[in-house]
Amino acid sequence: MKTFNHLFFLAFITIIGLNACSKDDTPPAPDGQEKAVLSIQFDNIVGDKNLQLNTGVYKNAAGEEFKISLLRYFISNISVKNSTGSEYVIPQDSSYFIVAESDPASQFIKVNVPAGDYHSLSFTLGVDSLRSTMDISKRTGVLDPSGGMEDGMYWGWNSGYIFFKMEGISSVAPLDPSGQNKFRYHIGGFGGYSAPTLNNIRKITIDLTAGGIAKVRSDRQANIHLMTDILKLFNGATTVSIAANPTVMFSDFSVLVADNYVNMFRHDHTEN
Amino acid sequence: MHRIHWIIVIVFGLFLIACSRASEIAAFTGFSKPPHFPAAAYRLENNLITQEGFELGRKLFYEPRLSRNNTVSCGFCHLQASAFTHHGHDVSHGIDDRLGSRNSPPIMNLAWNTTFMWDGGVFDLDLQPVVPITNPVEMDETVENVLIKLRNTAPYPEMFRKAFGTTEITTARMMKALSQFMVMLVTDQSKYDSVTRGQATFTEQEQRGYTLYSQKCSSCHREPLFTDQSFRNNGIGAGPNNDQGRYDATLRPEDRYKFKVPSLRNLAYTAPYMHDGRLYTLSGVLKHYKEEVQPSATLDPLLNNNGRLGIPLTEAEQELLLAFLNTLNDRIFVTDKRFSEEAQ
Repeated sequence: MKTFNHLFFLAFITIIGLNACSKDDTPPAPDGQEKAVLSIQFDNIVGDKNLQLNTGVYKNAAGEEFKISLLRYFISNISVKNSTGSEYVIPQDSSYFIVAESDPASQFIKVNVPAGDYHSLSFTLGVDSLRSTMDISKRTGVLDPSGGMEDGMYWGWNSGYIFFKMEGISSVAPLDPSGQNKFRYHIGGFGGYSAPTLNNIRKITIDLTAGGIAKVRSDRQANIHLMTDILKLFNGATTVSIAANPTVMFSDFSVLVADNYVNMFRHDHTEN
Repeated sequence: MHRIHWIIVIVFGLFLIACSRASEIAAFTGFSKPPHFPAAAYRLENNLITQEGFELGRKLFYEPRLSRNNTVSCGFCHLQASAFTHHGHDVSHGIDDRLGSRNSPPIMNLAWNTTFMWDGGVFDLDLQPVVPITNPVEMDETVENVLIKLRNTAPYPEMFRKAFGTTEITTARMMKALSQFMVMLVTDQSKYDSVTRGQATFTEQEQRGYTLYSQKCSSCHREPLFTDQSFRNNGIGAGPNNDQGRYDATLRPEDRYKFKVPSLRNLAYTAPYMHDGRLYTLSGVLKHYKEEVQPSATLDPLLNNNGRLGIPLTEAEQELLLAFLNTLNDRIFVTDKRFSEEAQ
């Protein structure tokens, strides 16, 4: 009897213990009121290497060596989908972010979503046309057009946001007035207001099932770890050469660059 | 003079000042659309025009702190006496005397503008001031830095409080205040306007000029704003910098060398003419349309009559047109004290 008691106690403890170890995996209903933080990490890399501003030396498919001195891009209009395909769209007013390589905190975008399991993530690289034409009082935070020439992500002369801004040094780029062999890629264009023009807004959808779905709960913070491979900007359907196109701004060629970089996001893993 | 005389003079002087102040306050009626003008394009419902907002906008308009080294204000290149353009300059010089590439356009009747700048790249008046502030050859400053300067300069925080309720100084508030001032710059007091309102009559010469204008100019320079706001290639030919105008903003091949059709109002004050200010006189402009229109792929079809380029105009007709154009000058607008730098 005593042995039985011991065994019973052991079994009881084991069950309690196992229970404590395993997380409750029952996903709450997606329409639940309970909101929790979902973190989306944009980890900027260049091919096989981590991106290191000013020091890292990289090589593109055109065989050109280059360094990157500035990298900033707009991420907006984030939404997530669960296994049943039901989608949660982050309220637009809190869905605009600038990821900057020089600002580590900016590489973790935090949004509030209902607790749940999410199998897919969507976002826009750039700023949608509606917000690009909204009254100035609706352009606060990262959308404030007050930024300077260096960090600014706004074109004054042709009203609109710069969606993606990368600058760097390469010996194949021509010498600029400041004495540097600089290349500059400022990509924007929301389609035009009074006349249709180029549209470089790109929507990206990433399936999370292979790398790990995001289990969003109020008591912990899921982090979707994405890799942003800048090399894809050069190496894609178009082989972008710095020597041939050291400066790409508001031009037809910018569409080809955007068509390349739309493929730069890859889901690596999810920390739950 | 006795002391009592001095006192009387001073008291009387103060009385006069008090009177003029009072009449000025009473005179502020906000924005009112002239009856013969179309509905405003500017979204007035998003920016209620108040006296406080207008006065703040006027102060900002004449504020050199908007530039990097606090030397260049909006009013520097947009002088009231020149209907708010830069008289006598083909292209304007901004900070450190750096030269721009285009003629500064007059600031008048902007409430009806659907686009701004010669190429129409800006589509909202509230976003327009960002361009000169950040342009390296104009003010060479950042809006961010202007806001910092304003926050630390009296009486701005107090003026923003009066205009917007709190002392907070933001991009949106600064731009809205500037818009309030610019929207108020309405020119509708020319002789033409008086004639339209039935308060005056054209001379015979002016009337014949008006008829000619209606036949030969009005399809682009449409009444009552004297522009149809479209972009056209008027055959002036590319300048040395090969400015492609509207094409730069749209990248559409059909927009090459097109520029915004400017208004014909206040031409007496706004010389020189054309996007790069290359024509110094109105007779030079008429001569251009008569015999100097150059062919190009995007030349406006209205200027190509079966291979004959330009607008046929006899010497006598040019005289009549000039007489009519003279009725579009608004002396009251260019001297209105409410708009002057001294009014602050």
